[in-house]
Amino acid sequence: MSKRIGTEVSLAVAEAVRLCNPDVVSAYPITPQTHIVEELSHYVANDELDAAFIPVESEHSAMSAALGSSATGARTYTATSAQGLALMHEILFIAPAMRLPVVMTIANRAMSGPISIWNDHSDIMSERDVGWIQIFCENGQEAFDLSICAFKIAEDKRVLLPMGVNLDGFMLSHMIEPIEVMDQAEVDKFLPDYHPQLILDPSDPVTMGPVGVPEVYLEAKVQYEQALLNSRPVVKEVLADWAKHTGREYKVVERNGKPDAKILYVTMGSLGESVMSAVDSLVEQGEDVGQVRLRLWRPFPEQEFMDAVAGADKLIVIDRALSPGGVCGPVATEIKSLFYGRDDAPEINNVIAGIGGRDVSVNEFQDIYALSKAGGIKENYLTWGVKSNA
Amino acid sequence: MRNETDLSGYEKITAKTIPTECMISSGHRACQGCVEILAMGMVTKATGSNIIVANATGCMEIVTSPYPQSAWKVPWIHVAFENTAAVASGIEAALKVLERKGKRKGPLPKVIAFAGDGATADIGLQSLSGALERGHELIYVCLDNEAYMNTGVQRSSSTPFGAMTTTSPPGKVSKGQYSWKKNVAAIAAAHNVPYVATACPGYHMDLMNKVRKAMAAKGPAYLHVFATCPTGWGCKPEMGVELGRMAAKCGVFPLYEVENGVWRITKKFKKPIPVLDYLKVQRRFRHLAPEDVEDIQARVDKEYARLEALEAMSGGAPKDKDDDE
Amino acid sequence: MAERALVAWEDLALGCAVLEAGNAAKLKTGDWKSMAPTVDEEKCIKCGLCMIYCPEFCISENAEGFFHADLNYCKGCGICAYECPKDAITMGKEEK
Repeated sequence: MSKRIGTEVSLAVAEAVRLCNPDVVSAYPITPQTHIVEELSHYVANDELDAAFIPVESEHSAMSAALGSSATGARTYTATSAQGLALMHEILFIAPAMRLPVVMTIANRAMSGPISIWNDHSDIMSERDVGWIQIFCENGQEAFDLSICAFKIAEDKRVLLPMGVNLDGFMLSHMIEPIEVMDQAEVDKFLPDYHPQLILDPSDPVTMGPVGVPEVYLEAKVQYEQALLNSRPVVKEVLADWAKHTGREYKVVERNGKPDAKILYVTMGSLGESVMSAVDSLVEQGEDVGQVRLRLWRPFPEQEFMDAVAGADKLIVIDRALSPGGVCGPVATEIKSLFYGRDDAPEINNVIAGIGGRDVSVNEFQDIYALSKAGGIKENYLTWGVKSNA
Repeated sequence: MRNETDLSGYEKITAKTIPTECMISSGHRACQGCVEILAMGMVTKATGSNIIVANATGCMEIVTSPYPQSAWKVPWIHVAFENTAAVASGIEAALKVLERKGKRKGPLPKVIAFAGDGATADIGLQSLSGALERGHELIYVCLDNEAYMNTGVQRSSSTPFGAMTTTSPPGKVSKGQYSWKKNVAAIAAAHNVPYVATACPGYHMDLMNKVRKAMAAKGPAYLHVFATCPTGWGCKPEMGVELGRMAAKCGVFPLYEVENGVWRITKKFKKPIPVLDYLKVQRRFRHLAPEDVEDIQARVDKEYARLEALEAMSGGAPKDKDDDE
Repeated sequence: MAERALVAWEDLALGCAVLEAGNAAKLKTGDWKSMAPTVDEEKCIKCGLCMIYCPEFCISENAEGFFHADLNYCKGCGICAYECPKDAITMGKEEK
């Protein structure tokens, strides 16, 4: 029987991973991911999780060991944040190229410098092109649920790609929330054993990671790019399956607020919950506003997003990362690209908010709405809340 | 807890029982006379086929795996340059867990990591140290041709003092490599692993039996294998194997093992040769002046004396003298 | 443009792996050499050292116990000739 408990989200994620019975966890500690991996090593130490916990000496080795493990046919997990994610960077490209379904939690944290342990999305936004499936959680229940779904999605025969589950560092990872935790029997019904398609084994020797000569590199890349694009229906399928098992339905793009609203907030991650409160307030005040929450980031859910925002005149896109020198923030760039040349393209106001753990209150989101509604956001992007002499 | 294991039961090779099956096929694209691939092949003859190989980026990886071909007859994975030990750690951990959970069949393969000197002594030192410290049951083989050969002969920390490379060229104010060769085997031994050894293909029995001891280790084993690169060193291809023997005979590359902390020189020479004999047949040392050679001789002698002291101190010196060659 | 490619992306093995172990043997590196070894069986003592030291792993024992290089793969490095304790191997211009 599942049970509803008040727990720190990190610990719920660790429990979710434990329930998935990974074979190998290879991880290096970094704030604010630490509680996840600490809890997992407690489980292993107390024989509550039959896995190898490899306490690697860096994140680069964490991901490298994870690939070695996954290539040997083991269900493999790791977690990291910011600098750790960046340190893994070169290996991140290799995981999908080798079609290794490693699952990783990223407790999103601002990239140095200056050094910051606090939350924003600059870490994961620097990994847009690595070829991983990437999903964002908004609350603790999602963090628990999507962590389990991630294994099922990544290991699906039609996918076989690594998957990143993003949850805002501290803002989510360290929050105590009421979470319904599934029991082992329920998870076992949902998540099958991992059946790798190709493994390192002397009984059938293969060569993994050969030299990608120019005559093959492009096709090798297309192979896993296609797998990434094909993962979208699998993501939806798995989320629908999860809904059947738990009653909790997740869509790759969610819509809330006033139906047929002309102005829509677009958010990704836990800031979306603050925006949700703001939108509810505004709607109560009679405003014609709604919200679209992006859950799946890669592959970008093009059709689902366009369906969700259909009819809107204006989108207020919140980015939680700066793209210095770029035309606008990462999410806004994606959305503008999507609507380029289309007659139904809405006006897009891009607001960069919540950088480096800077809090943005519900009231501020109402102010942003008012500013946008009044046509006050004329720049390609507005960085919210900057103290300046200007 | 020390990673001590009893290696006395290792499957020793004799002249009559030299294994001949190589896990690398002909048709690989190594240079003519490449002693590195000879060394790698020799290691796999001694390991047998129940292995999984993790390979660093480098000459060996490039010449054995150009898509769509592979010279590897055993399971093999290449991920990146500096992480071979970490990849091997992941494989080893996975094998043990899968076996424990009843998810795999067959006898457990041994995990072998192959990496060059650059991939080991420089960029890969961290991940090597991590793997050794964590005590994974694997054999890490550093194939040492004393420079970053695959990218065009640039210096590594394993390049010997005075050697010419493209990034340590001799010139008006340079004598070539300005630092002394990093002693990675000693670094490995400092991790208290069950087995560390240096070897060269010219003493093939010594090499293969060291591999056999490494196979018997219930913990990490580190093998540092001297591998002549005629292309990079500027020596005649036909004397590539002999050059390794000369390196051992003049003390530039002594052959020893460290078994559970006991140091033992495995090849002692009643008549060592001067380093000059070794240096003069390689173009990479041609620019050295006689006083440079003297400096090298002095340092080589000092290092060798230190090795002998380590041997004596750790209880490795035999009561009777070892046979010569 | 697509003629520059080796294989259709749909036909690539998972993760661009090479599934045929040891298929490098299809490449006959023998045409790299300029000198080829010949074994004088009169001098050969069947010690097998040439086989042990061949970097191409192309020397093998025949039915009579003598060791000869497979010239399809031999790159002519000369190590076998150098190492032979009986000077039974000579390197000479390859006869085509």
